[in-house]
Amino acid sequence: MKEMICTCCPMGCRLTVDDSDLNDIRVSGNTCPRGAKYGKDEVTCPKRMVTSVVRVEGGEVAMLSVKTRESIEKSRIFDALALLKGVTVKAPVKIGDVVVADVLGTGVDFIATKDVAVGPHGK
Amino acid sequence: MEKNLIIIGGGPAGLAAAKSAYDAGERDILILEREDRLGGILNQCIHNGFGLHTFKEELTGPEYAARYIKEVLDRKIEYKTGTTALSIDKNKRVTCASEAEGLMIYEAKAIILACGCRERPRGAINIAGCRAAGIFSAGTAQKLINIDGYMPGKEVVILGSGDIGLIMARRMTFQGAKVKAVVELMPYSSGLNRNIVQCLNDFDIPLMFSHTVVDIKGKGRVSSVVIAAVDEKLNPIKGTEQEIKCDTLLLSVGLLPENELSRMADVNLSPVTGGAVVDDDMMTGTDGIFACGNVLHVHDLVDFVSEESEWAGARAAAYIRGEKAKGERVAIGAEGGVRYVVPQYALRDGEENLKLRMRVGNVYKNVRLCVVCDGEEVYSKKCMIVTPGEMETVSLNEKQTRALKNCKKATVCLKAVER
Repeated sequence: MKEMICTCCPMGCRLTVDDSDLNDIRVSGNTCPRGAKYGKDEVTCPKRMVTSVVRVEGGEVAMLSVKTRESIEKSRIFDALALLKGVTVKAPVKIGDVVVADVLGTGVDFIATKDVAVGPHGK
Repeated sequence: MEKNLIIIGGGPAGLAAAKSAYDAGERDILILEREDRLGGILNQCIHNGFGLHTFKEELTGPEYAARYIKEVLDRKIEYKTGTTALSIDKNKRVTCASEAEGLMIYEAKAIILACGCRERPRGAINIAGCRAAGIFSAGTAQKLINIDGYMPGKEVVILGSGDIGLIMARRMTFQGAKVKAVVELMPYSSGLNRNIVQCLNDFDIPLMFSHTVVDIKGKGRVSSVVIAAVDEKLNPIKGTEQEIKCDTLLLSVGLLPENELSRMADVNLSPVTGGAVVDDDMMTGTDGIFACGNVLHVHDLVDFVSEESEWAGARAAAYIRGEKAKGERVAIGAEGGVRYVVPQYALRDGEENLKLRMRVGNVYKNVRLCVVCDGEEVYSKKCMIVTPGEMETVSLNEKQTRALKNCKKATVCLKAVER
């Protein structure tokens, strides 16, 4: 049994998800079908996009913002973040540039979310 | 120097206003931005969740900004970064200054205020306690980490559950800090539900409703805060105090539209929104001065800032061409649970369909959001829930708009759903 709040709409239904049988997950407390799907997804494979920053060398700003191109499993967020420690990229950087490829073998890359032109930071 | 349209602020509101003013035919536009790059606060909002309405995809703040910056660059709209607007007056004279160009004075035909908002600081909420280092507004902490690359602290308590506070709880956790609690004065959060789940619940960060910080302790650096439960009048209850060890206190206690410039131009401000009182063209009470985005009223989604600002830009372009509707104004009041409505006035002979944006004052379930004109209900929308944290929008069709514009008294209110 898991308790959670549905994020599909502002209603914020308090869901109870019975996951004792993974072939027959039962969601209660939802007001609409979207809540049932949300509850099921959250117990089978909850995923999140991960966003953070890395240092830039010789950029117009000190930090480059990055994200996982797609959502990854929630349980691997901190392992993914650990990969960014100590990473420094060289300016210039373009939105979409790969910063760390194939995060934890998921096939998902950390990519830049900001253009950074050449500048005086971090030299 | 002369300019047809000066837009003050190069964040999401200013960029969208510039784009649509251009598309409405205006070519003599100048955007003034005090930071070194366009994009405004989006540059430090590195988390995802922006653009679901506008682009039907989930972007981060800098990516959302980049989309609109590209629109502005593609149109070759003039902008000056590192340039602060120092004053404006009701004759639409703008004084601004930059390191590169010194002092500049422009005579504009129209001005769009797109200056955004500021965070409510510690001084505005009267927390007792020491003046040790380690107390930041949530947005300042966000800038330190995401732009400058400094970590503000290791053990954190956050006062206020506004969206920036929630986002920063996750952000600090990602950077290795321990967030011990988010403390909220009200019995509900002013933040988005999704943020409570994905920023707090995901990481087992406790959210304490009806609690506040009553003391901050520490010499040199914050060493702990004392929190207490509050009664229904929001006064701390004696005997409920508990001390939490921490080195950092983040404040996420509300945003205030930044209207210092507006006041210089005699722009009439609403005590409820903290922003200008505007008509359905987003024009303030001062002729030719428009306002949009967070300087007008604080939004929770940037998508709605863009939408509102595109409208303001188009209408400012029409004003410059001499096409602004004139004539009597119909006041649009907020009653029965609705705290405010923007715009506050509609022009009687304006032709465009109205879009009303509003916030409610409390959490209400199973209600109807209604527009009433001279006692007659012309619009009604069923809502399972409305909360102060989520802005509501009402789009009136042609017939409903006509009814509103031709009435003497219009109000937006909540009514119970008849069973």
